[in-house]
Amino acid sequence: MIERIIISGFGGQGVMFLGKLISWAAMRENKFVTFLPAYGAEVRGGTSHCSIIISDREIASPCVEQTDTLIAMNQPSVDKFIGLAAKGSEVFINSSMAKSLPDNISVKINSIPFSDIASKLGNIKSANMAALGAYIGRKKVLSKEGILKLLPEAFKNNPKLIQLNTQAMEEGLKNG
Amino acid sequence: MKKIFSRTESLCEADTHYCSGCGHGLVHRLVAEAIDELGIREATIGITPVGCAVVAYNYWNFDCVESPHGRCLAIATAIKRLQPQQIVFTYQGDGDLAAIGTAETVHAANRGENLTVIFINNAVYGMTGGQMAPTTLIGQKTATSPEGRNAKNDGLPLKISEMLAGLAGVYSIERVSTDSPKEIFKTKQAIKSAFKNQMENKGFSLVEILSACPTYLGLSPLESMDWIRNTMSKEFPLGKIK
Amino acid sequence: MRNQKPETRNQKILLSGNEAIAKGAIDAGCRFYAGYPITPQNEIIAYMAQHMPEAGGVFIQSESELAAINMVFGALASGARAMTSSSSPGISLMQEGISYIAAAELPAVIINIMRAGPGLGNIWPAQSDYFQAVKSGGHGDYHCLVFAPASVQEAYDLTVLSFELADKYRIPVIILGDGMLGQMMEPVTAEAAEKPQRPQKKIWAATGCKGRKPNVVKSFYLNMGELEQFNLKLQEKYQDIRHREQRYETFNTDDAEIILVAYGMMARLAKKAVESLREKGHKVGLLRPISLWPYPADILKEIISRQPSVRFLVVEMSYGQMLEDVQLTVNGRVKVDFLGRSGGGVPSEEEIINRVRRIAG
Repeated sequence: MIERIIISGFGGQGVMFLGKLISWAAMRENKFVTFLPAYGAEVRGGTSHCSIIISDREIASPCVEQTDTLIAMNQPSVDKFIGLAAKGSEVFINSSMAKSLPDNISVKINSIPFSDIASKLGNIKSANMAALGAYIGRKKVLSKEGILKLLPEAFKNNPKLIQLNTQAMEEGLKNG
Repeated sequence: MKKIFSRTESLCEADTHYCSGCGHGLVHRLVAEAIDELGIREATIGITPVGCAVVAYNYWNFDCVESPHGRCLAIATAIKRLQPQQIVFTYQGDGDLAAIGTAETVHAANRGENLTVIFINNAVYGMTGGQMAPTTLIGQKTATSPEGRNAKNDGLPLKISEMLAGLAGVYSIERVSTDSPKEIFKTKQAIKSAFKNQMENKGFSLVEILSACPTYLGLSPLESMDWIRNTMSKEFPLGKIK
Repeated sequence: MRNQKPETRNQKILLSGNEAIAKGAIDAGCRFYAGYPITPQNEIIAYMAQHMPEAGGVFIQSESELAAINMVFGALASGARAMTSSSSPGISLMQEGISYIAAAELPAVIINIMRAGPGLGNIWPAQSDYFQAVKSGGHGDYHCLVFAPASVQEAYDLTVLSFELADKYRIPVIILGDGMLGQMMEPVTAEAAEKPQRPQKKIWAATGCKGRKPNVVKSFYLNMGELEQFNLKLQEKYQDIRHREQRYETFNTDDAEIILVAYGMMARLAKKAVESLREKGHKVGLLRPISLWPYPADILKEIISRQPSVRFLVVEMSYGQMLEDVQLTVNGRVKVDFLGRSGGGVPSEEEIINRVRRIAG
């Protein structure tokens, strides 16, 4: 098993947090995992992204040249990374912020309004967790239980966020 | 017979390599006496510079660390932070402290490091052969200012003590001289008080000592003393600066 | 390469390469850090700012890399385990201090998370500071031990080892990584944290001369002949290190007709290429130097004598720096090819595969 993921979006959409959370969950499920963020000037303003590889075997390179999963939280991310999505990839598009969908028929497009889902729950910042819900629903790489166990640790400085983010994940799961 | 003078314990029994009339040997002794009078020899760590005084550790009888050129106060900072109970001082010339090491000097002072700085200002580079120092006077001839220091080309004498006095982190700055027994006595008091400040955790204390380099001033030892008194101290006035 | 140890994976923590190095240092008993911010290693200085005071150590953000390395000099002269970190241009500024530290035989640990150069260059992965690290970047006849981790776990482990070896040989140790290693996160088992290090007391340190003769930490030898004697002593030490501290990893080299030679993150990419080529029946292997100085020359010689028809392909994120050490070791006995990119470009799996196919004919 190898799962290659790119998550991309605007600064503030929690792209890096989501990437780390997925990596963390994979680590807890005894998988090999690498997390490679875009860094430095690349993340000043505009779109940033991170690459995650989860595997049963040792991972050679942390670079993702082709994805099995693409999570694109805005239009520039769709445009930039859709070309890397391998045949059969699951592509999650935040349709609240990306209206023009690719006509790449070899990938499975999941167009879901993550930002709207999060807004309705009261905090647009949890759009990333809605995306995570959709992801764990479609791809059985990580378990929901594993993620739920991590949330108290992830939000130990602000426990109020645990419930909100759990809700966002559940909503994403329903819509995924 | 009553013994009225002897070598102080912090000074080794050794002949120095300094030229006749040089101020270094004299100030080494003043530092050693101050340390012994305060009873801190076994707690003292001295940082020696690059310049004529690099091997001061051959003459002093306490722990020393030899610094790369200009970096004494970076080294002293770390030593004092790790060993706050020990007494740490730097001994630096004008090139070391006020040219190549200016950044280290300014920032250690600005951090208010609890250190004692002995700053020998003799207005010339000794070890490398009499080149212009940041403190060389206007008109003073050196190997690299053969027609005399010229403000347009070489800038003006750098008054680093006055500069440092403007920093909130600095506790005490005093400029003294070695041109007469009276001034030498004052110099010793200034050195002693700079060490005391450190013992009492007062902070950054610097003593600037106008000192003679007869060899590269092209003067006799006695003429050098007159030069410090009548010429150099006009540009670098003596007294408590902060 | 040792990414993770499956049997202990439950105790793992997720760290970036930079954080793993900083944590490794503190776990190894490092109690002094001075540094100046520069990308892509800023996570090290930030980690130290937060955790060094908690560990009872001293953290200073210095005014420059010059001051940082000299503060480390002072800390080492005090007998503490001390470290600084920077990236290429900052490491260039530190060369004066590293030379003095080598000459004073002080046990420094210096981290270089390389940028692409020359000049300000950029922050992308590169290995263009190899010469500077292994050929003694400052003045004088000296060496630093140089290690090149290829995973976050190894970054942690080699940092711990660096402090041990720095003390053992009284030598500066450099860890050479790149921005990819510094930034990427992987699970880490922090073994050294379980058994805190108690570095031996350094009898030569400047700590005040109570109850003993004064100590002097220095690098100046004015009298004719003294310096030569000292340098001969250093050379003996270096020879000893050359014998004892060569470290490397081999992968599929036993029957290989072509062996890739790559270090650090480049070795991981090369390993992937080796796996792909093996699947297609090519007899390809990988030699990954872990110590860059001393260079693992013995294993290269052993491979050549075992299989005289072997060919090496050196793959680097530079235009051929480690290549020279391979060529020196091989000394014309077998063919050495080279594939390199520098300036932020990384040789891809495809480029490596294509080159191997061309060599294999």
